[in-house]
Amino acid sequence: MIAFWTLAALAVTSAAMIIVVRNLLHAVLFLILSFVGIAGLYITMSADFVAVAQVLIYAGAISVLMIFAVMLTPRSDRDNAGNMLQAPALVLSGLVITAVSMVAVETDWRLADRVAFESTATEIGDALVSPFVLPFEIASVVLVVAMIGAIVLVRED
Amino acid sequence: MEPVAQQIPLEHFLALSAILFSLGVYGVLTRRNAVLILMSVELMLNAASINMVAFAAYASPEKFTGMIFAVFIITIAAAEVGLALAIILRIFRNLGTANVDEVDELKW
Repeated sequence: MIAFWTLAALAVTSAAMIIVVRNLLHAVLFLILSFVGIAGLYITMSADFVAVAQVLIYAGAISVLMIFAVMLTPRSDRDNAGNMLQAPALVLSGLVITAVSMVAVETDWRLADRVAFESTATEIGDALVSPFVLPFEIASVVLVVAMIGAIVLVRED
Repeated sequence: MEPVAQQIPLEHFLALSAILFSLGVYGVLTRRNAVLILMSVELMLNAASINMVAFAAYASPEKFTGMIFAVFIITIAAAEVGLALAIILRIFRNLGTANVDEVDELKW
């Protein structure tokens, strides 16, 4: 319980700091902190494989890519400026929070009896090769296409 | 593993992911730098996968569909970030800016 509240506060405050903070590099660091908090939340739901994947891919790889992108744009572009949409965006975000929370509270979720699974990695691996084998293979094609596309896009010609 | 989440109701996770999602919406709508918009999109994807994992843990613990969805979301996010950053670098090289409101070449 304490773990949940601590991790939730960590994730939400660092997510808010991403938008508030002025320096774009600090924003990336807060993004990493938020990813780590969300990985901790996965562990409180005993989803250990997803948590490890989150730390490896999001907090590791994606954040490094973001830092590269920030570093490759010049210093004058690194401020975290806003535009004139602040008020409508605030209203829209408030509406999203209230609508989703009300639906979440009002709906009668059919919850199953929770069993604490020991390790999810084996089950996820089994499911990836039997019922989800087609999406699994397509995901590899998507990754190859994205890699080739990125190389072609940034190539000097 | 000690099931800590047993005491936490499902609605807590849903509300948390709603908050994270709307922070992402706010970031996408109000910020000008393309990299920060991409970061906000990542935040929204993360909120969605918190929902997936929460439903997998609370509603169908014997199946792992939600967690597999979360793994696929992470995979697609990796591909998407690589491509989007390549596009941003290309825009920056061609137009000299990474702010989305200054990229208005298509505006008539």
